[in-house]
Amino acid sequence: MSRDNILHSVRTAVGRSVGQPVADPPPVRLQIPEVEMESRIATMLMRIDALAGRGMRTADPREAVREAIAGKTAVASNSSYLTQCGITSLAGVRTGFQDRNELRDACAMADVGITSADYVLADTGSLVMIASPQEARLISLLPPAHIAVVPRERILTGLDELFTVVPNPATVTSSMVLITGPSRTADIEQILVRGVHGPGQLTVIVV
Amino acid sequence: MSAEFDQKIHTTLADANLQLAIYTATGRLKEKRVESVAPEVLPDYQDLRTQANALKKHAIENLDYYLEQFERNVVAHGGKVVYCKDATEVSDFVLSLAKDRGAKLIVKSKSMTTEEVDLNERLEHHGLESVETDLGEYILQLAHEKPYHIVAPALHKTRYDVAEIFSRRLNVPNEIVIEKQTAIARSVLREKFLAADIGISGANFLVADSGAVVIVENEGNARLTTSAPRIHIAVAGIEKVIPRAQDLATFLKLLARSATGQLLSVYTSFLSGPRRPGEVDGPDEFYVVLVDNGRTKLLPDRSKRQSLYCIRCGACLNTCPVYRKIGGHSFPWVYSGPIGAIITPQFMGVAHEPSLPFASSLCGACGEVCPVKIDIPKVLLELRSDVKKSETREGQNRWEKLAFQIFAWLMTHPRLYELAGRMGAGLGPTGTGDGGWIRSVPPPWNVAPLAAWLSQRDLPPPPTKSFREMWRQR
Repeated sequence: MSRDNILHSVRTAVGRSVGQPVADPPPVRLQIPEVEMESRIATMLMRIDALAGRGMRTADPREAVREAIAGKTAVASNSSYLTQCGITSLAGVRTGFQDRNELRDACAMADVGITSADYVLADTGSLVMIASPQEARLISLLPPAHIAVVPRERILTGLDELFTVVPNPATVTSSMVLITGPSRTADIEQILVRGVHGPGQLTVIVV
Repeated sequence: MSAEFDQKIHTTLADANLQLAIYTATGRLKEKRVESVAPEVLPDYQDLRTQANALKKHAIENLDYYLEQFERNVVAHGGKVVYCKDATEVSDFVLSLAKDRGAKLIVKSKSMTTEEVDLNERLEHHGLESVETDLGEYILQLAHEKPYHIVAPALHKTRYDVAEIFSRRLNVPNEIVIEKQTAIARSVLREKFLAADIGISGANFLVADSGAVVIVENEGNARLTTSAPRIHIAVAGIEKVIPRAQDLATFLKLLARSATGQLLSVYTSFLSGPRRPGEVDGPDEFYVVLVDNGRTKLLPDRSKRQSLYCIRCGACLNTCPVYRKIGGHSFPWVYSGPIGAIITPQFMGVAHEPSLPFASSLCGACGEVCPVKIDIPKVLLELRSDVKKSETREGQNRWEKLAFQIFAWLMTHPRLYELAGRMGAGLGPTGTGDGGWIRSVPPPWNVAPLAAWLSQRDLPPPPTKSFREMWRQR
């Protein structure tokens, strides 16, 4: 039985016995800066721009999304915020998927995936996507373009604040993903190419 | 030095295109790292390194505790943990699961641990199709090669190489535009993702308090690998465990910066168990394979165990003057560069390639850039000592021992030392180059070790007066 053998080897090597308690690990290092919301939004938009994503702020997210997807097919997540913004009722938008295979096939065919995001990290321009019945994983992944619509109060300063607000993501979800810019690779001759497996276009709409 | 090591180094040095490719790629990664950790961008960089080092030290010193905690939390979220002592156990587990679930097609995202255990070859040997999905790894799988660099695996391949590999293996027209080559890979691999039965990923971190696997990547292939198929298997070395999810705030700030100079990689996935009730997609089964494969051999030595702190960022490769000349494939195992030079001898035994710890100028650059502060130069010295000790036992270095005994005897006899110095200056080779520098040696001095040593180095001309003479005449 390799489990017991490996754990036994580890214990012998580090000089510990079965069930021996451990000293406290080094204290958690989380430092949250004080940053005004306006400044967070500005930093976030600047970061997304630097990553070749598209960041915008608007009071009318429905219109912004309508313009962005004009003439295209889109799959929207089950996020109540998208419904609330009237985005799920736009022409060309399919939503409400509950079946895994149907969702996958729809995402594989769609031009655009529309989601909300649980948080946005200002200092890196990252979306924080927590998987739930409202937010499936493949909508932000399979279509060649991803649009995220986020109310401004969900903008956090950065990683330290995220892990303060969500100290242990496993208690709330099976999957938390940070998305920092469009999918990219530089595997051939260090030449940057966007959209290798995930979306090559990323739009973040702050409401 | 083994003939193979020697020959690979010389082949690499003689290939001008390859030299340029290695130098350019590592140079670019190196510059981007420097920019991203500059004090004006990341003022607490040194504090983060100190914290990361302390966390890794604590986790390794209490490894059994954190592994068990990790295991309990994986199980609590509906996943399973499988411990494997070596390559055979890893492939046996995957094979039996695949057989049981009727799986035929496996998609893989980048994992150095699976490279260690030759997982693809083993699975394919048993009739399964196992496809690498990271663009660089995919190119290498088609070319039947090993990664050249921890972070940039196909660093040595040009667009023309890729065109040739794709047209030969994928039956597509010769295509030399990189964007189009990427699109070809995207469409071929997209079909694989949607049809795959099992996704196998690596892990950058295992989080003990969450039972979570953390995967960092830029392409989205790891997200697809872990989201699309019904079964997700993460394969990771046991040393990857960290205590708390909150510690990720420290590690994530260091990892992408050190690897590619990004603030964060494009996708950071924190995965804990199969999909939960109500979640529309995600895997139904979640396994974490914890691999030993020699790691427990590194643990007993209190100093050298720091080699296990490595987070595989590749910064030491990019900054290493030796790696930047001899490249990744000269190294005897999947891990190259300074980190490869310290972990390979410990995994495989120092006798595997005894010259490896000596293939370093000990300039210290690797230790300076290491985000978790592994003192690589110190471990290299300790391994050199191990190599010498093992040689002594086998009686292989009698001449070296004799030479040092004579040297020690001379050093403890000042008058004899001075005499020997004068003899050396009078009888030894004199310089032929500019300013009297000694570039080569004439007979009878051109014996193997001295000639080899001077083939890469010049010596200053011998002084006309020794220090002792000047001291007396002061």
